[in-house]
Amino acid sequence: MSIIQVLFFALSAFAIGSAIMVLVSKNPIHSVLWLILVFFAISGHYILLNAQFLAIVNIIVYAGAIMVLFLFVIMLINIKKDSEPQKQFLVKLLGVVAGGSFLTLLVALVKQTAQIQGRTLLMKDGVIGLIHPLGKALFNDYVVPFEISSVLFLSAMVGAVIIGKK
Amino acid sequence: MTLLSFDWALVIEKLILIVIIVLTTLLITLYTTFGERKVAAILQDRPGPNRAGPFGLLQPLADGLKLIMKEEIIPTSASKWLFILGPGLAMTASLMTSAVIPWGTDVHLFGRTIALQVADINIGILYIFAVVSMGVYGIMIGGWASNNKFSLMSALRAASQAISYEIAMGLALIALLMTTGSLSLKTIVADQAAGNWWNVVYQPLGFIIFFICAMAECNRTPFDLPEAENELNFGYHQEYSSMKLGFYLFAEYVNMIMSSAIMASMYFGGYDLPFFDETTVAPNIAAMIGVGTLLIKIVLFVFLFMWIRWTIPRFRYDQLMNLGWKTMIPLALFNMLLTGALILAKL
Repeated sequence: MSIIQVLFFALSAFAIGSAIMVLVSKNPIHSVLWLILVFFAISGHYILLNAQFLAIVNIIVYAGAIMVLFLFVIMLINIKKDSEPQKQFLVKLLGVVAGGSFLTLLVALVKQTAQIQGRTLLMKDGVIGLIHPLGKALFNDYVVPFEISSVLFLSAMVGAVIIGKK
Repeated sequence: MTLLSFDWALVIEKLILIVIIVLTTLLITLYTTFGERKVAAILQDRPGPNRAGPFGLLQPLADGLKLIMKEEIIPTSASKWLFILGPGLAMTASLMTSAVIPWGTDVHLFGRTIALQVADINIGILYIFAVVSMGVYGIMIGGWASNNKFSLMSALRAASQAISYEIAMGLALIALLMTTGSLSLKTIVADQAAGNWWNVVYQPLGFIIFFICAMAECNRTPFDLPEAENELNFGYHQEYSSMKLGFYLFAEYVNMIMSSAIMASMYFGGYDLPFFDETTVAPNIAAMIGVGTLLIKIVLFVFLFMWIRWTIPRFRYDQLMNLGWKTMIPLALFNMLLTGALILAKL
């Protein structure tokens, strides 16, 4: 195994293990902290794919900002373990069935996708993930979608301020 | 075995560099606490610590020893693992910044060219930004795990303060990137050292915004609301004792040193000694001069931090938020527009 494969499997195991811990943890704060670890593992995968910009932005935006806000809200509303609503057995069972079906669907879809079949992952290779090619692509080939999405963000921000002022 | 097929010499070289940087930073930190007390004493017209050793120079060792020897208390209602994780995380996050700072030009030793920078990644500035946004977790986790209302309030304050000032900080950095055209700190410093003006000449407003935000990110007075002892007893580290408390206190000083290093590198030429041509001396000596210059710049910035701390009183919380959102962010946006217009006008 090359060092990249070792890293890939280590990161994958880390990501999946942390993701399971997000679900298993009784305490919502612990769940959020495990989720932060998941984001770190995913950023590690991005670095393996040589997408440094995506990796670091994932940490800044998700692990750094959004998760802080999550923690913030959970700490403020202060959920206690005993006040957590206990779900009935039937609801739990339905949840497991629905989640399992969704997982099957996802795996089936990914397996059938023509773009993925018979192709290996570009590891530590390719330049599209570096900032210069990424910036050029965004501002030349995809400039209209880019501008539209920024307008969308702006309207979301204005909307949030208006809702907050009410 | 292909697993071992990478350059071990490089790994060892980087490991030695990391150990040197971390140890030096911790040593400087130790004496920064001493410096803080001396500066406070000078500004308040009193002698300051002068009992331990000549001029009180052994005082930080005595302080450190005291912190280590104190009894370690973990509150029974605290969440134990997170309580231990908090200070460690705070320290790790503040030390991680040092990875991308170029400490000097290349050194030639044993036939190898050794870069005095742990990692020259082409997203260096974004990396710093990511680490800064990680720094708040140490405080938040510690504050929450203490299971104390005051600690929790303080942790929430720290988080909201950090998030608010990160935005203005990022916007100030974007204006800097527009002038330098590179995210790599090595390139930014090398450009400034190559005889150009320092970036502060092109970005005076950006530097002031960055400096104020750095002060807020380090929780330094006048922005030390998370430690406002008259409102919150002692802040997020109220339940901590012994070296865990020491880690929180030291992390603040490490943060200060690291943000000084970043400011020196990005706006004040990094290891560049002004009016001195480095090519006239041997490369190794030039590198050592560079390291010394950067250290002097860091010390000057740290002194500036202390000077401000002991001169300006603390903000009220709403004033802090108003300054962050209603003054700093519009100013940073204006700075960005101005920079863009100037770049366009020059073309």
